Amino acid sequence: MSLNPKEASPLEAKLKEYLEHFGVGLETIRQVLAVALEKGGDYADLYFQHSVVNHLVLEDNAVNRAFTNVDYGVGIRVVRGDQTGYSFSEIIEPEAMKSAARTAAAIASGKRRLPPADMTPRSLPDQYPIKTPWEDVPVERKIPFLQEINSRVFALDRRVIKSRISFSDETSFILMATSDGRLAFDFQPMTQLAASCTAEENGRREQNHFDLAGRQGIEFYTPEAVERLANEAVRRTVALFEAVKPAGGEMAVVLAAGSSGILLHEAIGHGMEADFNRKQISIFSDKIGRPVAEKFVSIVDDGTNPHLRGSINVDDEANDSQKTFLVENGVLCSYLHDRISARHYRVRPTGSGRRESFRFMVLPRMRNTYMLPGPHTSEEIVRSVKRGLYAETFANGEVYIGAGDFTFYVKSGALIENGKITRPVKDINIIGNGPKVLSQVVMVGDDLRMAEGGWTCGKNGQGVPVSMGLPTVKVAAITVGGMCG
Amino acid sequence: MDNKHRWDLAGWVAERARQAGAGDVAVNLGVSREVEVSHRDGKVENLKESAQNTLQLEIYASGRYSAHATNDLRRQTLEKFIASAVAMTRYLTEDPYRRLPDPSLYQGRSDADLQIHDPAIATLTIEERLRRVREAEAAARAVSDRIISATASTSDAQQENLKLHSNGFSGEQREAYCTLAVEATVDDRHGGRPEDFAYAVTRRLADLPAAAAVGEEAARRALAKIGQVKISTGTYDLLVENRAAGRLISAVLGPMSARSVQQKNSCLDGKLGKKIASEKLTAADDPFISGGLGSRLFDSEGISARKRTMIEAGVLKQFYIDNYYGRKLGWKPTGGSLSNLGFSLGLRPLSDMIREVKKGVWIENFIGGNSNATTGDFSFGLMGFEIVDGALARPVNEMNLTGNLESFWNRLVELGSDAFAYSPVRVPSLWFKEIELSGL
Repeated sequence: MSLNPKEASPLEAKLKEYLEHFGVGLETIRQVLAVALEKGGDYADLYFQHSVVNHLVLEDNAVNRAFTNVDYGVGIRVVRGDQTGYSFSEIIEPEAMKSAARTAAAIASGKRRLPPADMTPRSLPDQYPIKTPWEDVPVERKIPFLQEINSRVFALDRRVIKSRISFSDETSFILMATSDGRLAFDFQPMTQLAASCTAEENGRREQNHFDLAGRQGIEFYTPEAVERLANEAVRRTVALFEAVKPAGGEMAVVLAAGSSGILLHEAIGHGMEADFNRKQISIFSDKIGRPVAEKFVSIVDDGTNPHLRGSINVDDEANDSQKTFLVENGVLCSYLHDRISARHYRVRPTGSGRRESFRFMVLPRMRNTYMLPGPHTSEEIVRSVKRGLYAETFANGEVYIGAGDFTFYVKSGALIENGKITRPVKDINIIGNGPKVLSQVVMVGDDLRMAEGGWTCGKNGQGVPVSMGLPTVKVAAITVGGMCG
Repeated sequence: MDNKHRWDLAGWVAERARQAGAGDVAVNLGVSREVEVSHRDGKVENLKESAQNTLQLEIYASGRYSAHATNDLRRQTLEKFIASAVAMTRYLTEDPYRRLPDPSLYQGRSDADLQIHDPAIATLTIEERLRRVREAEAAARAVSDRIISATASTSDAQQENLKLHSNGFSGEQREAYCTLAVEATVDDRHGGRPEDFAYAVTRRLADLPAAAAVGEEAARRALAKIGQVKISTGTYDLLVENRAAGRLISAVLGPMSARSVQQKNSCLDGKLGKKIASEKLTAADDPFISGGLGSRLFDSEGISARKRTMIEAGVLKQFYIDNYYGRKLGWKPTGGSLSNLGFSLGLRPLSDMIREVKKGVWIENFIGGNSNATTGDFSFGLMGFEIVDGALARPVNEMNLTGNLESFWNRLVELGSDAFAYSPVRVPSLWFKEIELSGL
């Protein structure tokens, strides 16, 4: 159990850094796990977290406010079958942790189990290396980015009357120890730079925004990125002056490549989270192995894309991250599993066990959900639509996983009339049924793009960062909100 | 940490921050203890118990402002936290509007007993909580053999919050609440598994409805969804059930903030004293409702709570004005956030109104959708029931309600008698005439 610094491998040396960061030793971890298992739990884990979030805002032409948030603690989980006991402590000291472990242990009632004699650190990939940790980037280095974007926003269009720029960065240190002897640690950076503006024309006002986000360092914000942030925020805002509301009802919808991946997140992603399926409450329960879409449709949920918001080197219960096929060539393949559901289905975990922070239990969650490229071109897809909607940017979505009803909100897009993109549209909700819409995906473009912005997925009161992507896709018919035609 | 230690800590933080160079400071220290239990398939599913602390420090250093939060209350760590917080503030631009509220706004604080800290919640045992969820699940299950799954969960929390401003404010609020929720999923025998929920959240343990009633309601709502259809795009009367109506109210509350007005993102800018809704609509922000979920004696800025009429007979009477944006607008701050929102109620419940509707939709839940505070445009997905000639017909889904706030709210014809008790927005069921819905 002891680590000899002289003989320590780089992995063990790194582990030692994390143990020192949290001021905890392996013997204490073992003792806390022993308390967690004293009532007969099958499994227990400890999740140490220290995160620092910085947020800087420019409003009314001045960087005039800054926010920081420090979060520090350990979550203690005890599992028995599909039952979970949970507690956390904000004080990382032996007695406080043992007391929390006793609380979590109460989920079980049976014979004491023993913690592992040996604990081995796991070697992880590094999918989000950054040049300078955010802790070492002082506020004065960030301020010029906000000022530069603000100046550009006002210079781009005279109609702009307000601009708000915000810069966030987060550094999270994670250390996990499980009762089956695994130790894992990870350094998880995150950042987001967002520009929003309001423009006025003939007494009418419109507001919109654009943001870039990822597990990135400050090098992410190249001069090109800064220019794009300003350009896109303004372009998206002033375009709304021309926008109309379409006649509502069922119509063909073409989803532009990129953040339209929200369709997958709501229409299938949540329904494939295995906790819903082991409880038999998802519309996709009992459908594994069945065809659900055309042969050219393949959908993955992937934790391994470099620097994306939903990427993870390891999940929040120390399982390897992976690329999981939800649908392969039109056939439903695999649910997204955490440890509990993987044991229920007797499969390997898919590295989908995630949590918002040490305060929360693990749940099966999405990471980066996207559709693989298909056989069509975006031009032929648009050309094939006589009357429909081209959906381009999105705000939010929701799903009822049992009935499969889902929605997503289109912030901007355009009408398609006789195979051509015509008038812009704005502020309409789209509502459909997951399996029905999947079967109505009749064309898939060859132009997969990933969303660039900072998406957060909410489930059971927990938010986790995700990303999504889509090639240009045509859905034959779906209900679009709008005015009576 | 007991109450005295917390006050000592808050005082120490304020002192340290001022020594480090902050001119004025606001310190907020919150502690809470929460227990959650859920029950499914006849056994406990999850059990969670936790206690947490939050320290918030706002710094006003020669016109520069920053705000910081931490849960790591070790004094040694806090020293560094405070020093770096003050240091980083120096790089920000001076902002003449950033000052603590004028102390006159702290005056006149009521000492009413708000009945928001029921001591019975602190003495709840695990057995009592388990009995509640067990009964609720069993009641849902007993409604029909079509129930696939019913999950009952209960939670309760006690919170204590203390607040100290260097220009003379100090205040303390203790509160507690308890909840009970049931989610039920049913088999529609065609591969669909409609789900619905019922829930309650109350300040007083005794006000929590019987566990069985909540379970039965969830099951009944889920069963009623079997056979949902999408109906024609067209014009319908809408009866929005109280539990869903809060969504429509929040679309109005966004543009009612001073921040939204000052940032030119409010469709209500310039509408003060003007009609923004049907004359049926009167709403007052009332922080003193006994046992109200949003009841308080002062708000998050220390401003003393007062009851205020926000909308009277459809006319916008005032905005939610916080200290900072109020100063920027030259408006007197009145409190920037909602406490409880009460409505002038009608005389009858939703079920009575339905009888008078020829062609309509009863909205039971909204799903997704959003609203644009700048323009007032909104679009929401919905679920509910078709109403034909005064009676409920088919369950409906996959439909959207799209419109603009002002024209929509002018079509409000009646409010129900049934204020929703389980939210600070105590809205009753609402009847809107001739509204466009998109479906088939």
